[in-house]
Amino acid sequence: MAVEQPMRTPAAASGDQTRIHNIGYRSYDGPRLGRSYATRSLYSQSLRGSYGLGRSVKSKVLPMLLFVVMCVPAAIMVAVAVATKAKDLPLDYTRYAIVMQAVISLYVASQAPQSVSRDLRFKTVPLYFSRPIETADYVRAKFAALASALFILTAAPLLVLYVGALLAKLDFGDQTKGFAQGLVSVALLSLLFAGLGLVIASVTPRRGFGIAAVIAVLTISYGAVSTLQAIADAQGSTGSIAWMGLFSPVTLIDGLQSAFLGASSTFPGGVGPTNGEGVVYVLVTLGLIAACYGLLMRRYRKVGL
Amino acid sequence: MIATESLSKRFPRVTALDRLSVDVGPGVTGLVGANGAGKSTLIKILLGLSPATEGRAEVLGLDVATKGAAIRERVGYMPEHDCLPPDVSATEFVVHMARMSGLPPTAARERTADTLRHVGLYEERYRPIGGYSTGMKQRVKLAQALVHDPQLVLLDEPTNGLDPVGRDEMLGLIRRIYTDFGISVLVTSHLLGELERTCDHVVVVDGGKLLRSSSTTDFTQITTTLAIEVTDSDEHPDGTRAVREALHARGVDLLEGGGGLPGAGHVLLITAQGEETYDLVRDVVADLGIGLVRMEQRRHHISEVFTNEDSRTGEEQRKEAVGHGG
Repeated sequence: MAVEQPMRTPAAASGDQTRIHNIGYRSYDGPRLGRSYATRSLYSQSLRGSYGLGRSVKSKVLPMLLFVVMCVPAAIMVAVAVATKAKDLPLDYTRYAIVMQAVISLYVASQAPQSVSRDLRFKTVPLYFSRPIETADYVRAKFAALASALFILTAAPLLVLYVGALLAKLDFGDQTKGFAQGLVSVALLSLLFAGLGLVIASVTPRRGFGIAAVIAVLTISYGAVSTLQAIADAQGSTGSIAWMGLFSPVTLIDGLQSAFLGASSTFPGGVGPTNGEGVVYVLVTLGLIAACYGLLMRRYRKVGL
Repeated sequence: MIATESLSKRFPRVTALDRLSVDVGPGVTGLVGANGAGKSTLIKILLGLSPATEGRAEVLGLDVATKGAAIRERVGYMPEHDCLPPDVSATEFVVHMARMSGLPPTAARERTADTLRHVGLYEERYRPIGGYSTGMKQRVKLAQALVHDPQLVLLDEPTNGLDPVGRDEMLGLIRRIYTDFGISVLVTSHLLGELERTCDHVVVVDGGKLLRSSSTTDFTQITTTLAIEVTDSDEHPDGTRAVREALHARGVDLLEGGGGLPGAGHVLLITAQGEETYDLVRDVVADLGIGLVRMEQRRHHISEVFTNEDSRTGEEQRKEAVGHGG
């Protein structure tokens, strides 16, 4: 097969050469939309790619499956709430993403390397930089695309819950407030997870390493922090629980939203950070997102042609 | 198209470009040099991706230091290395690259279909690139460089990894980029021979310095030396000698063959005076009843640019030419 191909190609090409000549080359005089359009194109291509759109069937399976897994519990809760005429949803909007954090981590781990490691591995990055876009445009497009993909993943079940709650004729004001708080929370979570995932994935052109590293960072840190918090709780040193929460992305979001977004904390003992501690949570979260962006910029400054 | 003025690029340990001043006009221009001669560095600077240490360069009249993005919008680039993701189709990939160059979605799709057809990719373009042969991949790489209808394309070693047939096709395609599409080309290669057929103009760099820049016709002034190779027969066990004697008898003087080189003894070199010489050779060979293996024009080769630097004699240069030609 491999031997046949070069034999066949020239034959086909020479046979068609007359046809090529007849059609002739048409030059392009239309608009050239420049750098910001190119950045947006990269954004939409990367966002679609995060759900396997425009790629092979095989690469659609996992993201689509995880999306369904995210939404099914929400649909079940809505069904239960409607059927039992419950006064409230079984789970808070802000709590949903924390409960489903394993699914979200898995999604980041699979899609962050897909987004950046592939470009490194197949050396498509230099090709992008031979176009009008600059390093910063590439980083911003990739960051925004993965954050948007994560937001879609985490906000969709909240939307299911919200629509369901309204159908079940639950209190409109309460539900809208809870939904809005949930959206803010998952937006921050999306930015943070996307940043961490991309920084880790952009270090290696090997997709497998990227997946393993992202899972390790997200879940091991969460496991370690939860365990330490439980130990601290058992030993009665409740004051340190909140500070430990700063050291894993999931507990960081958890603490932030229980301090400011009216969420009930999942920390052992149910004691979230106070408002003062909550400010530190916000600063750390925003600082981490900014640091991820800065690291990505540094990383791609070196990846030239 | 391209103008550089004492352009230098120094890295901590090496000097990649050393006060290179060169002017490239429209047409197909070859950039020749050994590996590490500074070809890729020059391309990077021309695309505005790497600042020059000193000196200046302009592409399409735009300064590379300040107008990088504008240059990259109007220039196509085909990298030397592999750059194609294997799990998307050629169409999908080239459409994406067209949009990355600023083409609106509809135009991107139309131009992709056109360009892929021009480089010779048909039904295969809907299949994932991972299953393509090297030749097909090179075509996709070329297509992504042409899809936005640039005014100039920079092709970095486009014939790398291709078999002789694929090489010839690629060179033919490169020629057509200028003659049929009207897009000027800067093509790099470390093989001098393959560029002389394709380029109007050749720039030779070595160690980051300009060695020579002139049009291909200057390099290959047609002296129409004919190379003749014949078979032997029972009647003439040494066909080459028989032809040499027969030609001598008819008053055609033989040039000094490429003595010493293996196989060179079987190649006869004569100076063609015009059409008659071809007929004469044909008749002589036919009369002797032996086979004519080849009769071809042999021009001066670009490789001589290197030997010209030394003060060698013409004789030695000709030997060099035979060595590269055979």
